[in-house]
Amino acid sequence: MRDISAEVPGGGDYHPPCPDQVLENVLENVLQFLTSRRDRNAASLVCKSWYRAEALTRSELFIGNCYAVTARRVTERFCRVNSVVLKGRPRFADFSLMPPNWGAHFTPWLTAFGAAYHWLEKIYLKRMSITDDDLAQISLSFPSFKELTLVCCDGFGTSGLAILASKSRQLRVLDLIEDEVNDDDVDWISCFPENGTCLESLSFDCVEWPINFGALERLVARSPNLKKLRLNQFVTLGQLYQLIVRAPQLTHLGTGAFSPPEIWAQGSEEPDYEAAFSACRSLVCLSGFREVVPDYLPAIYPVCGKLISLNFSYANINAEELKSVICHCNKLQTLWVLDTVRDEGLEAVATTCKDLIELRVFPIDASEDSEGFVSEVGLTAIAEGCRKLQSILYFCQRMTNAAVVAMSKNCPDLVVFRLCIMGRHRPDYLTNEPMDEGFGAIVMNCAKLTRLAVSGLLTDKAFSYIGRYGKLVRTLSVAFAGDSDSALKYVLEGCSNLQKLEIRDSPFGDSALRDGLHHYYNMRFLWMSSCRVTLQGCREIAQTLPQMVVEVFTSESTSVKDEDEYVDTLYMYRSLERSRNDAPAYVRIL
Amino acid sequence: MVNHFPGFETFAMDFKETELTLGPPGEFRVSGRKSGKKRGFPEMLDLNLSGPNGRRNDSGAQLEQEASSSPKSPAAKEQLVGWPPLRASRKNAMRSGGSNYVKVAVDGAPYLRKVDLQMYISYEQLLKALEDMFCYFTIRNYFMEPMNGYEYVPTYEDKDGDWMMVGDVPWKIFVESCKRIRLMKGSEAAGLEPRTPPQNAVMEAAEEDSG
Repeated sequence: MRDISAEVPGGGDYHPPCPDQVLENVLENVLQFLTSRRDRNAASLVCKSWYRAEALTRSELFIGNCYAVTARRVTERFCRVNSVVLKGRPRFADFSLMPPNWGAHFTPWLTAFGAAYHWLEKIYLKRMSITDDDLAQISLSFPSFKELTLVCCDGFGTSGLAILASKSRQLRVLDLIEDEVNDDDVDWISCFPENGTCLESLSFDCVEWPINFGALERLVARSPNLKKLRLNQFVTLGQLYQLIVRAPQLTHLGTGAFSPPEIWAQGSEEPDYEAAFSACRSLVCLSGFREVVPDYLPAIYPVCGKLISLNFSYANINAEELKSVICHCNKLQTLWVLDTVRDEGLEAVATTCKDLIELRVFPIDASEDSEGFVSEVGLTAIAEGCRKLQSILYFCQRMTNAAVVAMSKNCPDLVVFRLCIMGRHRPDYLTNEPMDEGFGAIVMNCAKLTRLAVSGLLTDKAFSYIGRYGKLVRTLSVAFAGDSDSALKYVLEGCSNLQKLEIRDSPFGDSALRDGLHHYYNMRFLWMSSCRVTLQGCREIAQTLPQMVVEVFTSESTSVKDEDEYVDTLYMYRSLERSRNDAPAYVRIL
Repeated sequence: MVNHFPGFETFAMDFKETELTLGPPGEFRVSGRKSGKKRGFPEMLDLNLSGPNGRRNDSGAQLEQEASSSPKSPAAKEQLVGWPPLRASRKNAMRSGGSNYVKVAVDGAPYLRKVDLQMYISYEQLLKALEDMFCYFTIRNYFMEPMNGYEYVPTYEDKDGDWMMVGDVPWKIFVESCKRIRLMKGSEAAGLEPRTPPQNAVMEAAEEDSG
């Protein structure tokens, strides 16, 4: 094996290039233009020479499961990385289905990256735990650090943010998205460099405590490159006004509370909000509205005509209030709303937003027996009006097969279909039939579908459709569905591109589990909680597939003696390594 | 953050994330389910029904009157874990009536936590929640026990900026006036005298609350 260090510029002795070396140099020059990681993975498999060249030229690292590979293996293979994406916990952890302290710690990765990637510029973490010390270490280890994006992360707080803000002087992006941020009473907003910042994007809408507004105002004033600003709910409308008049160049704005402060000084006039928004000629994305007072919505009318993305998912507004805004938004591509807008509001969306690509309708009352303000009527309207729809997430209390079939026929470009009928086991409320035919139509008619979430009353038949037609499905979410093992078997045998399968509270057991043995190594993970999988069944899988890590969570802290007992949760993923050594007591790795 | 995710009770409660290691380890909370038994799905649901088999604390005393994890929701309603599938932050943001978060500091702990006072209807519930949060400490239950034998004393800062003992005033007044909470080391709290004689104010409150 050739010593790789000789190939690193500036490292090792000079060797006159042999023909192989020349080829590799050429390869490197070519491969550096390959950006897609799938292309790169393919290139690296051609031969050893290509493998090496690819490893030397890969600058963006994507690790979909932090436990699939160790930091050491990664840093040994790739030596010139400047951007890292790292994902940890599986998605069902967001819904309290995973006990605390399960893992996904960033610290060991950071240690390895600190040693290997001195010029690291970007870190993107999703569902990982990162500490304040880690944030401090990022500043120490990476002098060119520019972008930090944390999505659904925890473990850190305002003290860590303060250190990062003050020490990473080239920071362009600090995006905190749906994180749990500890508050240590530290005024981190004041910690950014005094004479000016490089900030282009600052998002802190998930921070659940007030920030120092004066400091924020001064920060915005000295951040000439700021394009994206997402405020938290403690920023009032009046304060928002003061910010956007200083930053009319913004393209993305999270508006905070969007309600005026409670007390106005006597005799003072309200600011001209509409004028302020008018001045923001580049605004294409609006969000926030955390405590919206609808009377003030007209302020955003001037920007509606240019809006590409509107997030009203925290805005408790009714159909009329939505209509007054939406009627101007004819370029809208992404819309998130609360179901308070009702079917009528969705009909208005269908009328105006002909270019809509993504729609999410969230419930204001997320419980099984809530009233449910949207139904099959809204879904049908969207299907008929928004033919370019590619992605939908829809929470409702009642639905019909007919509406779902309509969507499958009218929206052939659907890539993501996630329907959540909140009452468990609910059939088509008009015909009383299971929802099999609706979901069947989706997989049959939407040839590009890669992500599917099912709900309502579903028999094994629905899953036979999914297995038969869902050939491109990569992510499947199942809850309270199916009659027997056959359902899961159909999926495991039929969905050849399945990568992520998350199942809860469904009657699938060991026999079905065995049916996926041929496929598990092609998947990122399998999650099954509150199903009928026994310890024995899991053990069999672990023994048959040594390259899978099989984690079992039980409710007892001591070992489960009965092999026939159902496990609470099975979480299984492929890995190049032996099982991890940081698992808490309730996790058994078989 | 106080979480009312009933599902957590089925697993070993391990608050290592607060990194507090003084005192004996907290007890694990075990659900009412027996081991070694195949279970059907409904068992996933009944973790926190307040009834005769409601959550037990370490000393075995039943907490059925507390409506343990969801003091505000009807006692008979089942609480399904993680369904519908919505992130907790989103669920909490939509809760009507707003919230009343106050910071909780514990002497010696590196982080603050926070509690939503609107989630509780009595001092007893609040103290239980604080105990859960910082389960390596024993928080002095001001009503029941004398000063000795406990390490930490719950105090709070009121609207006037004064530091008071938790339990001094009727619960509703406390909720309106409390700005932040501090669990003080017993030795430091000696200087804090209650403004009103503890027995009267507190016993009234306790009686009112445990009805």
